[in-house]
Amino acid sequence: MSNLICLFVVIPLFTAFLIGILYKLHNSVADTLTNVCIFALTCLSVLFVSQVAGNNALVYKIGGWIPPFGIVFVVDSLSVLMLILVNTVSLFAAIYSISYMNRYTSKPYYYILFLLMLVGMNGIIITGDLFNLFVFIEIASISSYALVSFGIQHEELEASFKYMVIGEIASTFILFAIILLYAWGGSLNMADIAFRINGDSLGSANSMVRFVSVLFIFGFGVKAAIVPFHAWLPDAHPSAPAPISSMLSGVLIKVLGIYALTRVLYSVLGITFVIQNVLLTLGAISMVAGALLALPQIDFKRMLAYSSISQVGYIILGIASGNFIGITGGLFHLVNHGVFKSLLFMDAGSVEFATKTRKLNELGGISEKMPITHGSFLTGALSIVGMPPFNGFWSKLLIIIGLAQSNHTGLALLAICIAVVTLAYYLKIERSVFWGKLKEGLEFVKEAPFSMAFSMIMLAIICFVGGLLYFHPILKDAAQVVHQGTIYANHLLK
Amino acid sequence: MLPYVFCIILIGIGLYAVLTKKNLLKIVIGFCLIEYGVNLFIVMVGYRWNGLPPIMLTPDDKTLFVDPIPQALVLTAIVIGLATTAVLLAIVIRVYKRYGTLDLTELKRLKG
Repeated sequence: MSNLICLFVVIPLFTAFLIGILYKLHNSVADTLTNVCIFALTCLSVLFVSQVAGNNALVYKIGGWIPPFGIVFVVDSLSVLMLILVNTVSLFAAIYSISYMNRYTSKPYYYILFLLMLVGMNGIIITGDLFNLFVFIEIASISSYALVSFGIQHEELEASFKYMVIGEIASTFILFAIILLYAWGGSLNMADIAFRINGDSLGSANSMVRFVSVLFIFGFGVKAAIVPFHAWLPDAHPSAPAPISSMLSGVLIKVLGIYALTRVLYSVLGITFVIQNVLLTLGAISMVAGALLALPQIDFKRMLAYSSISQVGYIILGIASGNFIGITGGLFHLVNHGVFKSLLFMDAGSVEFATKTRKLNELGGISEKMPITHGSFLTGALSIVGMPPFNGFWSKLLIIIGLAQSNHTGLALLAICIAVVTLAYYLKIERSVFWGKLKEGLEFVKEAPFSMAFSMIMLAIICFVGGLLYFHPILKDAAQVVHQGTIYANHLLK
Repeated sequence: MLPYVFCIILIGIGLYAVLTKKNLLKIVIGFCLIEYGVNLFIVMVGYRWNGLPPIMLTPDDKTLFVDPIPQALVLTAIVIGLATTAVLLAIVIRVYKRYGTLDLTELKRLKG
């Protein structure tokens, strides 16, 4: 079974270049190949659930080299949780693209970049080697820069340039931090470095770990768009085509930012009290600033982008709360946010597809014309504001309980208040886009085509039943991986 | 110690260029400087004083070698840097075609 791990990288990489060769044969080659490939990946990731039950981890050694020397791919519960999320969201984004991307020229290039981005994200999740992590981050980032500028209009290019300069400086700092760790410990294997930092008796690790943690928080913080580093996100995410917006906001910021940050800070460097407080502060600032900045927006997708910043704050708060319930809530919210934010961006794309505008003041009263879009948007919005029984309620509840249990009552109250602000700006979208009288010029609006409607309905169903994930052991196992910290790496090396 | 300080200075100059320059191409050059600084740092991490190229002639060769891993890493990092610079320049060319200028202050359509 552990030999199958490398397929998460191999299948999409191979398909991407296969599309490059074969797309001239027929118009539907690119569509079919991409969807079949991602469907296979989704099935594969679900297969791994039973393999990692009870905190088991599978290791694949590339080229048969023994762990501290060669590159390893590691799959544990946290990885499987992320793999299922990434591949499921990608599957629906790819199905959505079949109709949506007809507006653009050169659809095959789009699919190639899409698959390369997926290669990068899957690679980040399964890799057990720090330099390999950097390489996959770059693969995912470079494809996302190209995808943001895919429309090559004024706004797209401006957003992409901004995103690229900020993102690349962050990547360079991540590389710098990785090399500092190598210079100190003489190893790039995550488990090996964790082992060396734990077993350090001279005390030389402390100052190095502190400096490297700062570099990592900056680097991954930019990728995750935590607030002082968020400037690129509200430009880049709305400018991309809708399925890419949903991929970027739904999974890319989580994998490149939050997952990598959690993995490096918790499993490799070992979390300390100071770093935990830094993360709590950054999380609280993101949560408040994202929500308050979202309120005055007049662009549909831009408001959703700011909402992502706010929700990333919730996830960071949950993970940094330091107790098991909080971490479970943080990871649960990560998965849920991946689902409902991609759903909301798809709805925004569907509205834009039908009406050719994203300005809230030019839209109005289209709920009767687009019942599926409205219904799925309502489901997504109710989930994100935390309305029971949708999935967002349970994860926010767990985060708030976790914060209260580790004596951060103030932050818990803040999280509740921001949930109300979230409700306010989603009501604003709901009121100005879907409810009320039909605006002039929107009489001929039609419901989205089948493939787009299908993706939205499926994601809405996942939102509705997603709360049940709490009862599945995979979530608690994943939280256990984060909670155990560096002890987990020792268990890998044996 | 001094060579490492020069690395940091190089990275600092690059950051300064990215943060203050108004011309898009100068920003790209600044970004390249940051990258070169980091690459130089990687190479120096592996350097040993009076070290030889890491080729073992006999199995129990006790000669002082330079560390070969950073050399392999820096090659990868340079290739990645090439890719990012290429994409960055491609975007700059497109921006020039659309806006007709390389001035950063003219790129102000996205606000809020």
